[in-house]
Amino acid sequence: MSDLLDTLAAASPQLWEGTLVTLQLTFGGAALAFLVAVGLGLAALSPWVIVRTLVRVIVELFRGTSLVVQVFFLFYVLPLWGVELAPYTTGILALGLNYGAYGSEVVRGSLTSVPQGQWETTTALSMSWLHKMRRVIWPQAWALMLPGLNNLLIMLVKGTALASFFLMNDLTFVSDQMRRTAGTFTSYGIAMVIYLLIALALSWALRVLEARALRRLGLREPTKGETAKATAEAVA
Amino acid sequence: MIHFQDVVKRFGDTTVLDGLDFTVAPGERVTLIGPSGSGKTTILRLLMTLEDLTEGFIYVDGEPLTHELRDGKRVARRPRDVSKTRRRIGMVFQQFNLFPNMSVLENITEAPIHVLGKPKQEAREDALRILEQVGLRERANAHPMQLSGGQQQRVAIARALAMHPEILLLDEVTSALDPELVGDVLEVLREIARTTNITMLIVTHEMQFARDVSNRVLMFDSGRILEEAEPDKMFSHPEHERTRRFLQAIL
Repeated sequence: MSDLLDTLAAASPQLWEGTLVTLQLTFGGAALAFLVAVGLGLAALSPWVIVRTLVRVIVELFRGTSLVVQVFFLFYVLPLWGVELAPYTTGILALGLNYGAYGSEVVRGSLTSVPQGQWETTTALSMSWLHKMRRVIWPQAWALMLPGLNNLLIMLVKGTALASFFLMNDLTFVSDQMRRTAGTFTSYGIAMVIYLLIALALSWALRVLEARALRRLGLREPTKGETAKATAEAVA
Repeated sequence: MIHFQDVVKRFGDTTVLDGLDFTVAPGERVTLIGPSGSGKTTILRLLMTLEDLTEGFIYVDGEPLTHELRDGKRVARRPRDVSKTRRRIGMVFQQFNLFPNMSVLENITEAPIHVLGKPKQEAREDALRILEQVGLRERANAHPMQLSGGQQQRVAIARALAMHPEILLLDEVTSALDPELVGDVLEVLREIARTTNITMLIVTHEMQFARDVSNRVLMFDSGRILEEAEPDKMFSHPEHERTRRFLQAIL
């Protein structure tokens, strides 16, 4: 037991560094993926065939090719054409484009799942596109898309491990290095626990968002704080 | 005034409206009846621009709605122009379609504030006044899900009225309601018919209501007007055998 603690103490600076790199890739990748998902998801509903076709091509391209190959392409092929990307940029770009392509299908599906009557009512009230999206359609689609996005976010966390392929000091890379000093079981075991904790924390955060979105649609009981607020507003 | 001129509507190979011509005078209440698939709901949906017009023109007070004749050619109007004309028209749907992410009051004030640019306080007061009319002022801060179907439909009526339309389209507004909730909704509509001069186009199976509020009834069959008459005449002495059979089936 004390052996394990000693090993841990010795390795903890590197482990901490590795975890930080993994978290940075996760948040950077997730932020980009979200933007790509929303952009492509909205564009997929465009009235113009050209736009929809373009979206289809992009989505199929990034969904249909291996994430590892995409990373290698960005990291090793682009420099041949004179474009050199920093490792961080490469990782975030690959994760963002790949998971963004998957996410766009979640976004598109959620938007089209908002009942047709809601869309028609926004037309009947002459709302502009931006207005109806922001105030009526998106808030309803948001509650529908969170479970799907949650799933993708967790896959993205694990996807960051491919950064170790181009020698970034992420959690996977560090635990691989630790193998020699700490032993296979300990190093990979620790890595698994850390990945699991990150995934659980993010998943929990998105569930909180989902519960909040559902409450706003009146599909869940409001919390005590919200009931008090609503009562106060009603009285005022 | 609403004017349909040579209106054709096709869904794929199916022709729903076939060269339709008719006019509704300002302040007139017209009920459209006919078997399902006869095109009556399509007329309301075309007016609300929820469907594309295949051929022909619709005019609202002489203004073209979605298409106009320019240099002898039929051209689509710009979305902005369509939206301007469309603001004279309001619609109440069979399924209420209240926005679930907003309170009753917000449902009603949303478009007046953000589409018409009304000051918030004014929109709020107007909404409360209209809610009073439909008998739901005390539910202003309720959530749509907390209301019965009949109450939701009355909120939807209030929402349409808050835009102060000149024309109100009522598309089977009581068809999705439990029978005991129909009366309240119809009472609210009767009151609006009595106290305003809003032009109304009504698709309904409530014949007593149609009789009470409308000036004219149009019987549709296969995308054409089979006959038209004042409600009393239409319901007691229809000319066509087809109309007689239809009325017998629903009364």
